[in-house]
Amino acid sequence: MSASVRPIGRPHLGTELRRYARFLLSELRPKGKVLTPFNVLTTLILLATVAILVVRFAFGLGAVTNLTQDQPWGLWISFDVVTGVAFAGGAYVVTFLVYVLRVDKYEPILRVTVLNGFLAYAFYTGALLLDLGKPWNVVNPIIGNSFGVSSVMFLVAWHFLLYLTALFFEFSPAVAEWLGLRRVRRVLTQLTLGGVILGITLSLLHQSGLGALYLVAREKIHPLWYSEFLPLMFLVSSIFAGLAMVIVEGSVSAKVFRHRIGARLRTSHEDIMLGLARISAAVMLAYVFAQILVFVHAQRGPYLRGFWGFWYVLELGGFVLVPAVLYVYGVHERRMPVVRLAAILTIVGIVLNRLNVSIIAFKWYAPVRYVPSWMEVVVTLGVISAELWVFRWVVNRMPVLDFAMGHGEHGSSAARHAVRSAA
Amino acid sequence: MIRRDFFRLLGAAGAVAAVPRPAGAQERARSGATHDPVGVLVDTTKCVGCRMCEFGCYHANGEANGLEKPSFGEPLTPERTTNEKRWTVVQRHVADGRAITVKRQCMHCLQPACTSACLTKAMYKTPDGPVVWRSSKCMGCRYCMVSCPFDVPKFEYHSAVPRIQKCQLCFSRVAQGELPACVASCRFGALTFGRRENLLEEARFRIYRDPERYVHHIYGEHEAGGTSWLYLSAVPFEQLGFRTDLSPDGYPAMSKDFLYAVPQVDVLVPLLLLGLARVASDRASGDHEGGDS
Repeated sequence: MSASVRPIGRPHLGTELRRYARFLLSELRPKGKVLTPFNVLTTLILLATVAILVVRFAFGLGAVTNLTQDQPWGLWISFDVVTGVAFAGGAYVVTFLVYVLRVDKYEPILRVTVLNGFLAYAFYTGALLLDLGKPWNVVNPIIGNSFGVSSVMFLVAWHFLLYLTALFFEFSPAVAEWLGLRRVRRVLTQLTLGGVILGITLSLLHQSGLGALYLVAREKIHPLWYSEFLPLMFLVSSIFAGLAMVIVEGSVSAKVFRHRIGARLRTSHEDIMLGLARISAAVMLAYVFAQILVFVHAQRGPYLRGFWGFWYVLELGGFVLVPAVLYVYGVHERRMPVVRLAAILTIVGIVLNRLNVSIIAFKWYAPVRYVPSWMEVVVTLGVISAELWVFRWVVNRMPVLDFAMGHGEHGSSAARHAVRSAA
Repeated sequence: MIRRDFFRLLGAAGAVAAVPRPAGAQERARSGATHDPVGVLVDTTKCVGCRMCEFGCYHANGEANGLEKPSFGEPLTPERTTNEKRWTVVQRHVADGRAITVKRQCMHCLQPACTSACLTKAMYKTPDGPVVWRSSKCMGCRYCMVSCPFDVPKFEYHSAVPRIQKCQLCFSRVAQGELPACVASCRFGALTFGRRENLLEEARFRIYRDPERYVHHIYGEHEAGGTSWLYLSAVPFEQLGFRTDLSPDGYPAMSKDFLYAVPQVDVLVPLLLLGLARVASDRASGDHEGGDS
């Protein structure tokens, strides 16, 4: 427990450091049963991932992926990065609700959502490095020896990097509490509102930027998916993508991390989930409306015939409109299973949408279609496994699902402190 | 119009080899494109499919760039494309009951999608027109491949230190006043090297002189915002496997609006959010734990 490292009196610096080292070492040890089916499975996946990555870096991307000259971006970009980042959208939405709009109701899920966003960005976009042909040159657009400012990718890279930093600052008070650093925590908390506002701004551009990446590929994406509004569509859909992830993650955490959940979250969990479901439904209906506007405006009617028309209607109707209606129903009847089902359908719909733009309807005319190799799938699962491990490690040690653990806020919320001191 | 072209051509025809810069090229400058770049005019009605251009390309660039030596007897299918070991290929298409051979390579756009997509400026348009790739800057993200409307950049998937492979328009030879290797090896006059303005006039003149021989269109004059490689053909270009649905506006324009909006959002949104936070904070402390939205 963190209480063991709280400074007493004025201890000697050396003994203090030794105490920290001992504490960190003890925290590194796993908690709970080691031989669980989840652990065994993910360990095997991670071992396979390491082996595949050794081959990948020794012999090139072609040795493990099915990428071709016609399909330069496959599962690692389309799913890990483009889709994964959409699911990380919950962090900016919830911080907006809590810190900017001051809706205190959502405060109990703040930290877990920010943690999720941070890890999703770190891991899924970190997976980008595996896909880069020459990852050691990734510093080129960062350190300034080669600024390609006319590139959307340049913008995305910078906003990603800055947002990752902002997310870390937003989460850092939890780390400070874990380490028992009260004074550091106070400073970090004062930075929070600034970090949040910067983070939301960066998110707006990062999420829409992923859609803007595809603006230049106009003739390569099926007209049902391409429009000059791609950035806006990516941004709006990231709102309900992120919230769907928060709902699913919240439901899983409620079971898996039951012992870590604080009193506030336990009593308000259902209200929070229903509130998020209501917001999601509204945004999803607005999204469907916007899509219909684009559909009419771009005169896409003739494309509705055949497989692609069916596929488009399935994505928009079956996996946006249907879950939106289910959300409304679930909120109205206060039925959590319906809300969870809607969240899962929403997640499927987002995966479908992002893969449609980047793989399935990308070069829909090509005679040979890209299908990921099993090794690409394993590495993707490996990235997710690694993220889940880190998530579990943090949740089991830091005050994430329970704010007041060992550091009572005496009734006043951290958000209020932050706003007062910054405003 | 035609007469003026004809007179200008008189001055240009003899000078193509010497690559002069004609005076009337300022119009290009407004779009931010390179001033009157070098280019090549491909007259597909003169191409016999001997593939000497492929061999010439290999001899000039093959060793330094790890290209594959072309072999005789390869069937020249329409599906034959450039790849990570071939910068240029000759395709054979059957149109109107006859076989037509076409040389394909990087088009060296005036406003290249690849250079605007590249976040490290590894893809770089030299002032004289050739679009080149610079190894030390590239991080291998392959966004150039996604963005190129002609699918030209090719990636070495089977290398631990991969390169992007594509025609460089022999930029170092051109800088020394030599012809690109493919043009130098063409024995049938299918390839003409020169300044783009001159090549356009030459192309128009050929169509004017021989209207039955050509379709009245110069591929590359407007496609993708204009390209340095220009094509003449006896049959409609889609029958030779060319995309005819490409934007004449140029590809960087497609993401320009978004990129211009970025600094605005970065400055204005934080101010808006701060204001919102202030209002919400005042309200919350005013009505003491009021409603939740």
